Amino acid sequence: MKGPDLIKSVQLEGVRKVGDPRTFARRYYAEGADEIVYMDAVASLYSRETLTELVRRTAEEVFVPITVGGGLRTAEDVRLMLRAGADKIAINSAVTQRPELIRELAERFGSQCVVLQVDAKRTPSRGGWEALRDGGREHTGLNVVDWVKRAEELGAGEILLTSVDREGTRRGFDVDLIGAVTRAVTIPVIASGGMGSIEHLFSAVEQGGADAVAMAHVLHYEALKLADIRRQSRERGFMVRSA
Amino acid sequence: MSGKVTVVDYGSGNLLSVCRALRHCGADLVTTENRTEIARAERLVVPGVGAMADSMRNLEARDLVGPIQDYAQSERPMLGICVGMQIMFEAGEEFGIHPGLGLLPGRVRKMPATQDGGARRKIPQIGWNTLKPAAGINSWEGTILQGLPPEPAAYFLHSFAVDPIDPSTRLADCEYEGLRICSAVRKGSIYGCQFHPEKSAEIGLAILRNFLAL
Repeated sequence: MKGPDLIKSVQLEGVRKVGDPRTFARRYYAEGADEIVYMDAVASLYSRETLTELVRRTAEEVFVPITVGGGLRTAEDVRLMLRAGADKIAINSAVTQRPELIRELAERFGSQCVVLQVDAKRTPSRGGWEALRDGGREHTGLNVVDWVKRAEELGAGEILLTSVDREGTRRGFDVDLIGAVTRAVTIPVIASGGMGSIEHLFSAVEQGGADAVAMAHVLHYEALKLADIRRQSRERGFMVRSA
Repeated sequence: MSGKVTVVDYGSGNLLSVCRALRHCGADLVTTENRTEIARAERLVVPGVGAMADSMRNLEARDLVGPIQDYAQSERPMLGICVGMQIMFEAGEEFGIHPGLGLLPGRVRKMPATQDGGARRKIPQIGWNTLKPAAGINSWEGTILQGLPPEPAAYFLHSFAVDPIDPSTRLADCEYEGLRICSAVRKGSIYGCQFHPEKSAEIGLAILRNFLAL
């Protein structure tokens, strides 16, 4: 999201406007989405109020869990978002700078609502991946595998793992990244970034071990239909609820 | 159906979501922490998230334990959601034993973090799971689970599970990593569900509508 608009980026850059987020959330809910994720790409104070209002109104008509992230920095930010109707919050920049915040949030609100958002970028020179912050603009120096282990110890309940290299490209998930993270932690991992076909989803789950898959581009631009994705996943033998 | 429902407001984090879903189902809804309003309710909903001991403390601080116990004797419909269901039982085992409302015989226990084969079980259970009739239950007709499509899935978010002593109170189970978890209970017009109907899409809304039609 950027202000009141639903947007879509490529590798977290080059933003394009897609439409009204509530319309999309409503449609995806009706088509059987298990969960809705709102990510604020701007995260200014002005857009925070817009986002809170958006969450409040979405929660009145969408009856699946809602996760909200982007620019949340304090326990008070989290409290306001949960009160507006979010079931979980996704947090990245603030906790890479002060990891103890994960523990504080988990103790106050419960691990089940604290999702660690990881924007992972391959580091060809060193091997592995680095966690980026501030919408992929800033380096943290954190190795993704070490970082997710630490976050689990501190009380994160879930990981929303985005490959910055693949985000918005529809070239498929970074399956090596997903595998490295799912082997490192026991909390659920939601794979994100790069889905362009149903085969991409299959490999994220079967080879990567992802517990869930998040998608944006393929749905926003109607390359794939949620109903087809759900049916094909069920036929493949994945646990997909009948909606 | 009159659709009148009273939701107990005792500081539970899912109060708003529960109210939104009930309103969406056409409920004429009030939230209250007032014991007189609870005594007069036509239909009572007790939401809940977090720890059972905290929830009981929050009820005690508002002097609501007695009024809810009295209400439960009245044969009017009642629905406990998640921890709101767990506190209906006699006691919870979490850093010692804490008493619940004692409306149903049985205890609330931490789900084991190890499976029978020794593999780790992910705790809490976060996500969708399929509701199945509990042992000895042939049909959900006449209960809040009636009329659901085959293999109905609901959204779960919990680390503790109830262990009812009276098998006839056990209405639905789910299977989670080798563990059979009691997912819904019933005794007369008193119901509880471990899952969150307010977050379980159309299945959850159908269950709430059934409750409003009791």
